[in-house]
Amino acid sequence: MKIKAKILDKEGVQKAITRISHEILERNKEKKKVVIVGIRNRGEYLARRIAESIKEITGNACAFGILDITLYRDDLTEIAEQPHLKETKIDCDITGKTVVLVDDVLFTGRTIRCAMDQLIDFGRPAVIQLAALVDRGHRELPIRADYVGKNVPTALNEIVEVKFKEVDGSDEVVICEKSGGK
Amino acid sequence: MKLLSARSPEASKVANAKSAIWTKKDLLGLEYLSKEEIELILDNAKSFKEVLARPLRKVPTLRGKTVVNLFYEPSTRTRVSFELAAKRLSADVITILKEGSSIEKGETLIDTGKNLEALKTDIIVVRHGSSGAAIMLARALDISVVNAGDGWHEHPTQALLDIFTLMEKRRRIEGLNVSIVGDIAHSRVARSNIWGLTKLGVNVTVCAPKELIPAGIEKLGVSVTNNIDEALKKADAINVLRMQFERDTKGAFPSRIEYFKTFGVTEERLKKAKKDIIVMHPGPINRGVEMAAEVADGANSVIMEQVTNGIAVRMAVLYLVSTAKKKKP
Amino acid sequence: MDILIKQGRVIDPVNKCDGVFDVLVEKGTISKVAKTIDGKARLVIDAKGKIVAPGLIDMHVHLREPGREDMETVASGTRAAIAGGITGISAMPNTRPALDNPGILKNLKAIIKKDAIVNVFIVGAITKDRKGALLVDMKAMKKEGAIALSDDGSSIQDEPLMRKALKAAKDAGLLLISHCEDKKLSESGVVNEGIIATKLGLRGIPRRAEYEFVDRDVKLAQKENAALHIAHVSCKEAVDIIRKAKKAGAPVTAETAPHYFSLDETACTAYDTRTKMNPPLRSPDDVQAIKEGLADGTIDAIASDHAPHGKHEKEIEFDAASFGIIGLETSLALAITNLADKKNVPWVRIIELMSAAPARILGLKKKGTLSPGSDADIVIIDPEKEWVYTKEAILSKSKNSPFINWRFKGKVTRVIVEGREILPRIFGHPL
Repeated sequence: MKIKAKILDKEGVQKAITRISHEILERNKEKKKVVIVGIRNRGEYLARRIAESIKEITGNACAFGILDITLYRDDLTEIAEQPHLKETKIDCDITGKTVVLVDDVLFTGRTIRCAMDQLIDFGRPAVIQLAALVDRGHRELPIRADYVGKNVPTALNEIVEVKFKEVDGSDEVVICEKSGGK
Repeated sequence: MKLLSARSPEASKVANAKSAIWTKKDLLGLEYLSKEEIELILDNAKSFKEVLARPLRKVPTLRGKTVVNLFYEPSTRTRVSFELAAKRLSADVITILKEGSSIEKGETLIDTGKNLEALKTDIIVVRHGSSGAAIMLARALDISVVNAGDGWHEHPTQALLDIFTLMEKRRRIEGLNVSIVGDIAHSRVARSNIWGLTKLGVNVTVCAPKELIPAGIEKLGVSVTNNIDEALKKADAINVLRMQFERDTKGAFPSRIEYFKTFGVTEERLKKAKKDIIVMHPGPINRGVEMAAEVADGANSVIMEQVTNGIAVRMAVLYLVSTAKKKKP
Repeated sequence: MDILIKQGRVIDPVNKCDGVFDVLVEKGTISKVAKTIDGKARLVIDAKGKIVAPGLIDMHVHLREPGREDMETVASGTRAAIAGGITGISAMPNTRPALDNPGILKNLKAIIKKDAIVNVFIVGAITKDRKGALLVDMKAMKKEGAIALSDDGSSIQDEPLMRKALKAAKDAGLLLISHCEDKKLSESGVVNEGIIATKLGLRGIPRRAEYEFVDRDVKLAQKENAALHIAHVSCKEAVDIIRKAKKAGAPVTAETAPHYFSLDETACTAYDTRTKMNPPLRSPDDVQAIKEGLADGTIDAIASDHAPHGKHEKEIEFDAASFGIIGLETSLALAITNLADKKNVPWVRIIELMSAAPARILGLKKKGTLSPGSDADIVIIDPEKEWVYTKEAILSKSKNSPFINWRFKGKVTRVIVEGREILPRIFGHPL
């Protein structure tokens, strides 16, 4: 895949994470009710960083969870590559809590739809909010993010890649051109 | 909740895990699976076990799909386990037993299978008295076939849940010693376990009276003994098979008491084994025959955990075969 | 002159002949074999580059008439024989009803007269309904034309009765063909006992079930000095026992089927019921022993054990499926591809195994040879022609063969039965 442009560099990513963390704390007065839930795969790393950041700011750890939405997808038999199923783990009971879903890129909104269906099978949150590092537009469902790192208009034949140091070796967000075909 | 570093074991696991992909429309036996495919099933089973721990024990993954339990032999345990597994995945389940079905009217296995395919079902879970029945069915149909036990040949999901349970107790199973005790010659559970365990690097010993050790079994890479104490001696785990007195055992044992005296796993015998030896049994147990009641209920027994794990493993199997691209074997 | 076959490689083991000759057929018999024969004939066949041999004789064939005409008939079976270069077959008695009395033989002879396009010899049963209890009236059977007796498919389990049978057959002047199987040991086995049976989870048939009865029958034949022919030898122990017995002068002959030198038990691993037969396919060591037995004369003949079965009897679970495969159309091809071509067994020996020896064992003096005066049963073979055995081309009514889609070398191009050309001229009409 050809890299067309770099949207965020290491500093940019870090700044976005810090800003999002502050915004979450500002918006939600009852901090103890906040649960940060990352959507696998890359949403997990982002969520962990946000949780770390919140801990630094407030001095207290906040509740955390990771969601694997594979079993809630509606396109399992159509996709070419079989998704690798991993564990879902949420530290606490989410009923009555403020769940902040965290994903790296918000695109069509279908992943978030799956995540919400799954969350509701776990309990009845009081509020669900959404944090995304990048919002690239092209929504197919009526879903919007509460906290956004950066808005990036994109074409449909482009791919937004978010890289995290933990797994890709460096922090950055790039736009690539999809190589021919699907 | 530490941050993942680039070289953490979990990070590399993410990278390696992507290498195994499930491509088979059926699960017919562990003989036909690679080590990676077995590990893939067990890995997925872990996630499904978590689903079973939720208050709402259901995911929508197989919604709209139909799973048929086609059981030519009586079974409660396996049948209910598969039924629950399918239901937890939101599939519709139909159970067909031999009694009161067209099978009694003489319909052949393949005809029954083709009819079920024409009814637009998606997965057939089949248990049959003839070895090779599941393979025959899978060859003739485009829909998925999962072997729930065919004759003496294989019972792959049982072995998978046995291995899963073993892995829960011991992180690494490579190099462990596992003994399988009972009527090895006529046991599909034994065969599947032998295939699965040896592929994962476990040292397997089979233990049975001479008449019940099948010809050439050493060629599968297992050790053979006719002595139960020998089998228990270095074992990290022992899998005790049900002694099927209703089948022909070639007069190997005139009575249940005889068997218990010579091969029964008793507390006395366990005392001479490793302290933390894991005791397994596929069920149902003949208490006082292959195992003393105290052992079945004792601290070393993981029999109930096997049952729970059975559902998670079967959910993983149903999930994987349903996502494979349709291709006949 | 009727038929003149020119310049073929004439192989006639009885006359120790293997060279390029002309063969002349007149009035249904071989009239002359010479370096060159001149003159005009009704039909001149250019056999240059081809093999000219006495018509093959298959002494172990199951025609399912009477009783199971859906699987095979005299008509369809003899057509299949022609395709395999076979001009004479022995029909085994496990029909329904069994060929155990002169009345039934008479009926069958009438059907043969009407429908057969090759010679069909009748093998009667040894015991009533092949149940291994009461001996048939052997003298009456011989009178009505039985060429030999066998309970094939079953074995006489009772040793004293087997001994009595050998004595009675000798008195009646009949050969006994023995299917050696100790049912107490083979029980409900379906494959060779061993690692393959273990892997497949199928009940194994121990080798002892075959060779212990071979040993029993061979010893009895020696005691009674009665002619005994061992059917479908499959394991190395049986070959050794027969070798030793022959050395000791026992009046024993033996046959094997092509599948025992072409396949071994590993062919069964996909639960394909076209690899299920009795005796079962054995280990590679046994295949080797069979080949050696064929080469050194321990085994006298190759016979197909042609066993047609319908789809509903074969396309079912392995342990429920019927035993047996068809073989008339592939016998020669397998012998050429797996024996002659691989240089284990020379061509002369092949013709000996498939024509001269069966004729000798069955006492057919005018067959199995191209001696002047003998019946003009001739097969002409193109030894180099490569072909594929397809399901569509099978002439037998049943299609249960594991050799479908196999590539073979050596094809039958012409067959003459008692001076009448059957292949390709009359033939080629749909069944």
